[in-house]
Amino acid sequence: MLKVTPFHPRTAPLVRAATWRRWSGYQMASAYDPHPDREYAAIRNAAALIDVSPLFKYRVTGPDATRLLDRMVTRDVTRCRVGQVLYTPWCDEHGKVIDDGTVQRLEEGTFRLTSADPNLRWLTMSAAGLDATIEDESTGVGALALQGPLSCAILEQVCPADLGSLKYFRLTPTTVRELPVTISRTGYTGDLGYEIWMRADHAVRIWDALIEAGAAYGIAPAGVWAMDVARIEAGLIMLGVDYHSSYHAMIEDQRSSPFELNLGWTVPPDKGPYTGKRALTAERARGPAWSFVGLEVRWDSYEKLHKERGLAPLVPSVAWRASAPVYRNGTQVGYATSGCWSPLLKKYLALAHVRTPYGGPGTALDLEVTVEHRRRRARAVVRALPFFDPERKRA
Amino acid sequence: MPKRYDAVVIGGGHNGLVAAAYLARAGRSVLVLEQRPLVGGAAVTEEIFPGFKFSVFSYVVSLLRPEIIRDLDLPRHGLQVLPLESTVTPLDNGDYLASWADPDETRQELYRHSPRDADTLPVFGRLMHHMAMAVKPILAMVPPDPGSLAPSDLAGLLRLGRHFRNLGGERFRALYKLMTMSGGDYLDEWFECDPLKATKAASGIIGTFLGPRSPGSAYVLLHHYMGEIDGAFRAWGFQKGGTGAISDTIARAARAFGAEIRTNAPAERVLVKDGRVRGVVLGTGEEIAAPVVVSGLDPRRTLTQLVDERDLPTEVLEGVRRYKFRGSSGKVNLALAGLPEFTCLPGAGRHLRGAVSISPSLAYLEQAYDDAKYGEFSHRPYMDIVIPSMIDPGMAPPGKHVMSIFVQYAPYHVNGGWTDQRREAFGDAVIGTLSRYAPNLPSLILHRQVLTPADIERITGLSEGNIFQGELALHQLFFLRPVPQWANYRTPIRGYWQCGSGTHPGGGIMGASGRLAALEILGRRRPSAVVSPDR
Amino acid sequence: MTDAFDAIVIGGDANGLAAAATLARAGRRVLVLERSDRVGGDTRALAFAPGFRAAPLALDAAWLPPRMLRDLKLDAPALAPYECPIAVASPGESLVLPADPSRAADTIRRYSTSDAAKWPEFAATLERIAGFLAPLYQRPAPDIATTSSAELLGLAGLAWKLRRQGRRHVAEWLRTMPMSLQELLDDWFESPVLKAAVAAGGVRDIRQGPRSGGTAFVLLHHLVGAPGGSVRGRGYWRAGPDAIPATLDLAARARGVVVRTDADVARILVSDYAVTGVALAGGEEISARLVLSSADPARTIRLVDPAWLDPEFVHAIRQIKFRGATAFVLYALDELPGVPPLPDATRALTGVVSLTPTVEGLERAYDAAKYGRMSERPHVEITAPTLRWPDHAPHGKHVLVARAACAPYRLEDGGWDAAHREALADRVTDVIACVAPGFADHVMHRAVLAPPDLEERYGLTEGAVSHGELTLDQILFMRPVPGWGHYSMPLEGLYLCGAATHPGPGVGGGPGWLAARQALRGATR
Repeated sequence: MLKVTPFHPRTAPLVRAATWRRWSGYQMASAYDPHPDREYAAIRNAAALIDVSPLFKYRVTGPDATRLLDRMVTRDVTRCRVGQVLYTPWCDEHGKVIDDGTVQRLEEGTFRLTSADPNLRWLTMSAAGLDATIEDESTGVGALALQGPLSCAILEQVCPADLGSLKYFRLTPTTVRELPVTISRTGYTGDLGYEIWMRADHAVRIWDALIEAGAAYGIAPAGVWAMDVARIEAGLIMLGVDYHSSYHAMIEDQRSSPFELNLGWTVPPDKGPYTGKRALTAERARGPAWSFVGLEVRWDSYEKLHKERGLAPLVPSVAWRASAPVYRNGTQVGYATSGCWSPLLKKYLALAHVRTPYGGPGTALDLEVTVEHRRRRARAVVRALPFFDPERKRA
Repeated sequence: MPKRYDAVVIGGGHNGLVAAAYLARAGRSVLVLEQRPLVGGAAVTEEIFPGFKFSVFSYVVSLLRPEIIRDLDLPRHGLQVLPLESTVTPLDNGDYLASWADPDETRQELYRHSPRDADTLPVFGRLMHHMAMAVKPILAMVPPDPGSLAPSDLAGLLRLGRHFRNLGGERFRALYKLMTMSGGDYLDEWFECDPLKATKAASGIIGTFLGPRSPGSAYVLLHHYMGEIDGAFRAWGFQKGGTGAISDTIARAARAFGAEIRTNAPAERVLVKDGRVRGVVLGTGEEIAAPVVVSGLDPRRTLTQLVDERDLPTEVLEGVRRYKFRGSSGKVNLALAGLPEFTCLPGAGRHLRGAVSISPSLAYLEQAYDDAKYGEFSHRPYMDIVIPSMIDPGMAPPGKHVMSIFVQYAPYHVNGGWTDQRREAFGDAVIGTLSRYAPNLPSLILHRQVLTPADIERITGLSEGNIFQGELALHQLFFLRPVPQWANYRTPIRGYWQCGSGTHPGGGIMGASGRLAALEILGRRRPSAVVSPDR
Repeated sequence: MTDAFDAIVIGGDANGLAAAATLARAGRRVLVLERSDRVGGDTRALAFAPGFRAAPLALDAAWLPPRMLRDLKLDAPALAPYECPIAVASPGESLVLPADPSRAADTIRRYSTSDAAKWPEFAATLERIAGFLAPLYQRPAPDIATTSSAELLGLAGLAWKLRRQGRRHVAEWLRTMPMSLQELLDDWFESPVLKAAVAAGGVRDIRQGPRSGGTAFVLLHHLVGAPGGSVRGRGYWRAGPDAIPATLDLAARARGVVVRTDADVARILVSDYAVTGVALAGGEEISARLVLSSADPARTIRLVDPAWLDPEFVHAIRQIKFRGATAFVLYALDELPGVPPLPDATRALTGVVSLTPTVEGLERAYDAAKYGRMSERPHVEITAPTLRWPDHAPHGKHVLVARAACAPYRLEDGGWDAAHREALADRVTDVIACVAPGFADHVMHRAVLAPPDLEERYGLTEGAVSHGELTLDQILFMRPVPGWGHYSMPLEGLYLCGAATHPGPGVGGGPGWLAARQALRGATR
């Protein structure tokens, strides 16, 4: 039996077309409606409520909690203030990314680490010689993402905190209908949005409160498909899709450094020792071999390829997670790892790894597409990420 | 005039049959001699009690080389392996530890026992995958003699050296560690959940007179991962109709290539003249002439019983004398009126379609070994239990079941020797131990067959009842198997070959020994160059 | 901060001093920091009763690699070991094995003529197999991943040397290393007491019994450099248990090495993944770009801020099987007891007398340790060091050292408290009294050194005399941990130089000498 999240009693009846999927061992909705359009629209126009409980959550406490996290992740945890959240990758000794997630400083000596993959083993190993306690609260803590331009307005209906002044990547302990929660202004959609962290046994009541308060604002429960399109527009990477954990990679080529994932900004040049620092310092000096970029498929080219076969251009109805070769003048220079049709931008987008010389915005590349059983190359242009970056996200 | 063949294979076990099939496929006239009324050796299915069929000795399959399946086209001859998907270890506190086919389910289950181990399991699996990849080419290699200066041996050594260097330091050292450590110590480095470690370590003691804390018991952990990299099966499976059906399919394939198989035909002696093999004399006195004789029997029988010791150099005889058999496993086969009810998982759930492992802790296994070290059978033994009739209903009458219990330890050299009384006492210990976890078991038993190593030796001919034709210990592997200088399937007698499990790589229903021996006989140094004729 | 030294060596034992002497010979300014009040490490004698001393960990002479002696121009004659017999005694029977194979064969004949006939060949085989380890022990451990063609050529040379002795020997060597002693001995002999006598040498300081694979290697390890026919080791130093460190101390000081005692290193200082010096417990900081530690890696890395170290590396270090399993009972005696089964007890007690007459007895002594218990009937070996070094006791009195196995570091029923120590000592006394009736009456005083005591007194993690068990997975290029078999640590300028590194324990100064040479190569690179 697959596990179910604490919201399952509410989410399960909403799934209308048996569009279930597996996420970290949990049974999750790909979409509630047969088609995710409405759910995606809620993210960008109103507010979408997304169950993100399958994320792994670890509570790190003790005198050396800061030292533990600081030695583990690339970003400088010593500078993370109480109430602040850091997005960060963490690496092995060779500077290759194991996972990425957030470090939330809940109190002076209390952190929560969230991640896509299990990290208990790596945390425990990193804690050797340190006085820190690690508690896996993955199942004990439920998590909801409320994402979209109206998310703040909805939350303010049920929560006494002054969310309007909660800055991007800050968190606050507060309540929802008197139930204790932590609300962080974070998300995986690149929009204005919040994540709400709560005890699992409060999950259903908080869900109900938000749905009720959001009704007037067009709140919609959204599944993974809708979130996937949003995160590609936002240029956010996904573990196991856009890169492999160095922990689980079978061969060296499957590993990536933060620089190769467009995460160079998370590697401070002046931080003290942490795992991977030596390799990353060398790589910074040397320059990374790969770039992680946005690709925008040129519509005229895409249309022409279809027209040759007498078809109108077909776009994928949901985001794809596969590997598609990327070429430059007939030579493969990289590969795309996810892509989607952006209903908002009206563009066919992809996220791709390309060799560094071809990573500059504006570079003309070709993306392999299949048109009526035939492999073709559509012209594409390298774009800076994110593709979509509304001011409201961080305002 | 005696009857004449290009090659005679002594012993219709799976390796002998594989060798015969490959020889016949290459156009040789081949005769297989099997002493028993049925082929298979230790891989036989017999209806011990009316209506109840048992894989009497060997009972699961995972390692049968995929190239053999393809080369001999075994599925066409009836090969059909059904997956054995789970392993459940009942615990003394009434709980259990299960490993299911689905990784998420396995993680969830292990998480109950140890969150850290649940994280670690896939990381461990990855390493084992790499180790299996590192070992695979070695299994497919004719062992070179490290002391030889012959070009073929030097080339082999060079190939081996290059292989290890290409692995890179990290993987080579990981492999070295796996080869030299005890299963218990190796797993301690990874896991904290005792039943998990015990259940994994148990695979390292099967068929070997070692405990989970004995160095050299770790590398068999790999066997569980070998199947995966071949894309052939899940880790373990059942042949439909029992393991005897595998032997039958290989025999059918061999016959299809033109081999002749004679049962009830024990070979009495191998004829040797002037250091060269001439043929075989049967128990009936009948002589069969052949320039090539291949023995699928174990090294002791091959080199000291079928031929005159005077035909062999003393160092080879000394080597065979030093070769360790030390059978340590027994088997209990039960005909059941219904399904056993395990306290930890009541009901006829899916766990009964998998294996049940009685290995609650490393200390439990080690204590079982302690009994055996001093010449007693284990009073609380390790057991690997399957109910084949759950997966293949044809094995028992409708509604009834057969249960196969592999038991360790039952030392061949038990204090006072194996008697009928001691055999039954051993059977009682097995049932007694098992009924602690499945209390209704004794009431279901219609018939029971208890096999000690002495019985295994008596019935199959395996010396000291060792199921691998000699222990798979580090000093009996690769170019040391069975004796130094003669690990390349040859013997000091020209034309006399060995192809049993007692040669590299040996062990399990793998067939690799038989195949490599046949390819050597056919003069093909590079097995990969063989193309099947119908392609 | 003072800045007078190129290199700091942590630990004034034989290995630390050998490393210091080697570095000094190459012109380096070297400081040795020793935690206790005198150099010597585990060869230091402990005063355990008024007027009585014993150095239980240095009863056997270590092997001195000839190349090291030449390299350091040490005076070998002063370090010639004295040979001593080994014996097994049990009520009513005994076997004394002198090193000379033909004389040994004479004593064996009493038990088995076939065994006696095979003995000289067996002794020669052991010598040959152990002899092949000697060149391996005088160079950094060969590693498959090596890229140096010089090293590959050296290896090929070694392989050729082995091959030249005969085609069979290659396979024999490879076959013997992973074997268990029981298997090896069953291959050769029939006499239980003879097998027990030999097997006792292969289960020293290891939490394994003679049925465990790899114990044949342990035996061979202790035979490297031993005289032919010896099955136990290399005798003892007439000059005293600390003969090697004393000699090395003089040699090091003569080359300008500064040795500071009572200098407890609290931290190794690191900046940007390179060592910069050490800080002492008192707060004093001493800078140097090279730091060599003769402590084991577990203790060494505890001196470093973990943030500088790869968690995988730390994990590997934590997996080292130390597993102290030997305890010692030191007896102060008013006179030596008679041992009726032994024809010449005084001669025998100069050497090692094992009180376990069967291989099964050795195996059973190990069984309990697996489950974290003391052996009910420990394997006891006794030596009277005062027969060699009379000054270890007041005139006319004696010291008897009993080595007891297995006594695991971790006891499942709690720690090593006074009751456990007394219980162990009582058991050992009982075992001795079996062959030496009235022994207890001669005991004026006794002291127990359980593994935690060895840890505390000698700085041995888990009380492991071996600095990490000599199992096959912890020797050669696997020692101390896979990937770090060449003395360097993942921080620039930090090296290990103790018995936890290749070639391991029982090699006087060998690891230190090799480590220093490696450090000099690394530093010039």
